[in-house]
Amino acid sequence: MTDVPLATQLINLFAAVILLLAFAMLAQRRVLTLINLFALQGLTLCLSTLVVAFTTSQAHLYWSAGLTLLLKAMLLPWILHRLVRRLEVKWDVEPLIKVPTTMLVGIVLVIISFNVALPISQLSSTISRGTLGIALASVMLAFLMMITRSKAIPQVVGFLAMENGLFLAATSATYGMPMVVELGIALDVLVGVIILGVFFFQIRDQFDSLDIRHLEKLKER
Amino acid sequence: MSLSGLLWQLFAIVLALALAPLLTGWVNQCRAWLQNRSAPPLLQPYYMLHKLFLKDVVLAHGASPLFRFAPFAVFGCMLLACAIIPTLSTDLPFAPTADTIALVGVFGLARIFISLAAMDIGTAFGTLGGRREMLVGFLAEPALLMVIFTMAMIAQSTSVATIVETLAHREFVIYPSLAFAGIAFTFVSFAENARVPVDNPATHLELTMIHEAMILEYSGRHLALIEWAASLKLYAYSCLGLALFFPWGIAEGDSFLGLLISIPVLVAKLAIGGVLLAFIESINAKVRIFRAPEFLGTAFLFAVLGLLVRLLLENRV
Repeated sequence: MTDVPLATQLINLFAAVILLLAFAMLAQRRVLTLINLFALQGLTLCLSTLVVAFTTSQAHLYWSAGLTLLLKAMLLPWILHRLVRRLEVKWDVEPLIKVPTTMLVGIVLVIISFNVALPISQLSSTISRGTLGIALASVMLAFLMMITRSKAIPQVVGFLAMENGLFLAATSATYGMPMVVELGIALDVLVGVIILGVFFFQIRDQFDSLDIRHLEKLKER
Repeated sequence: MSLSGLLWQLFAIVLALALAPLLTGWVNQCRAWLQNRSAPPLLQPYYMLHKLFLKDVVLAHGASPLFRFAPFAVFGCMLLACAIIPTLSTDLPFAPTADTIALVGVFGLARIFISLAAMDIGTAFGTLGGRREMLVGFLAEPALLMVIFTMAMIAQSTSVATIVETLAHREFVIYPSLAFAGIAFTFVSFAENARVPVDNPATHLELTMIHEAMILEYSGRHLALIEWAASLKLYAYSCLGLALFFPWGIAEGDSFLGLLISIPVLVAKLAIGGVLLAFIESINAKVRIFRAPEFLGTAFLFAVLGLLVRLLLENRV
């Protein structure tokens, strides 16, 4: 433990914070706090990418860090905040499963991801390989959040958080994806959120609610 | 074990006895300031203890010897806990007598006695408080144990003194698991010390109280001992938290100078901790009793996460 470089320690710390935030999002009942937590996760992701970029002096990682900051910590939360305001979402998030149960499932997911990631990360030679398990766990937790929430906005936040996890996985396993892929994903996410935003209004107009359980009953009448 | 060690141990115990009500008073004062009330004097808990010790004891009919014995047992447990936790030095004679798991056991023993005494009289409130206390306790204890296991894995020992020595005197290493463990420990200490998210120490509203419900039937010196024990418990938890997460300044060995420095350091750390405690209490609302399991479940979860992160990230060199 003593001769682990400071950079790796910092990356591990940031990864741990990302995992913590993933759990906080899973437990969160308020929509606005959820979005703030997501922004915070984006910020942490940006910091962790910056540390990797600085240590390995990979120029393109600075770009992805900047992109993360701009998109995930500022633009997307801003869009979501606007959406919440425009949609006048006042209610709290109603999980389909009780929060403590979700958390327990979350822990099981974390254990599984850690076990799955361990042999893979040993193949990798990057300084941040230890965080692969955490990245996988964040993806799984975001997945879980999408499954357990019945309202549309938390599901979108879950989708975005999943992208955060994937990004962390890419950084930790291979020092990031090629720039083209990254830009493509970033654009995809942005466009996706905008389209989903429009979609929210449609759902609300149709059902007077953002509960997507209504969509299950969609039938031609 | 030298004579000076024994003397310092004695001094640490006396210091705990003296500082514990002061800490409670300080937290109350900070709370009052933050909530825009005029604060009670800093020494209010001492006046309270003095008043209660002078008063006569009124016992309920049908109170068993257990009821009379419980305050002494609780007080003794808390004093023992304060003696085990390295407040001033890691090398005091009491430190090797019990490790952290035994420490959790000591807290558990006190809890059992006070709950039994609460049920002894047979009033509705006492029983209710005792049950709630056991509910909170049985959820808080595993979380606390998990925190301790995380620490024990870092230090390769469950002895508090060894953990403190390992953390304080190694070269600087960031342990992400400590962040998780720290959050979990904070949650647990709030629940265990009947602080705001779980219980409100300042209320006698029957539907919300836990700790106060249990001690309703006590009076006179018995009540004084229990109040003092509650202060000691807060002191013990604060010192344990400070020792585990901010161990700097605790003397190693029994050099006179080191121990002398450790006293003002401890007081300063406790003062800052008290302000933080009051602040967190002021910005939070008390949760419903049925939310308490969720609160403590989160604490347990963080503690387990700390353990997992420790296994995944920090075990490999």
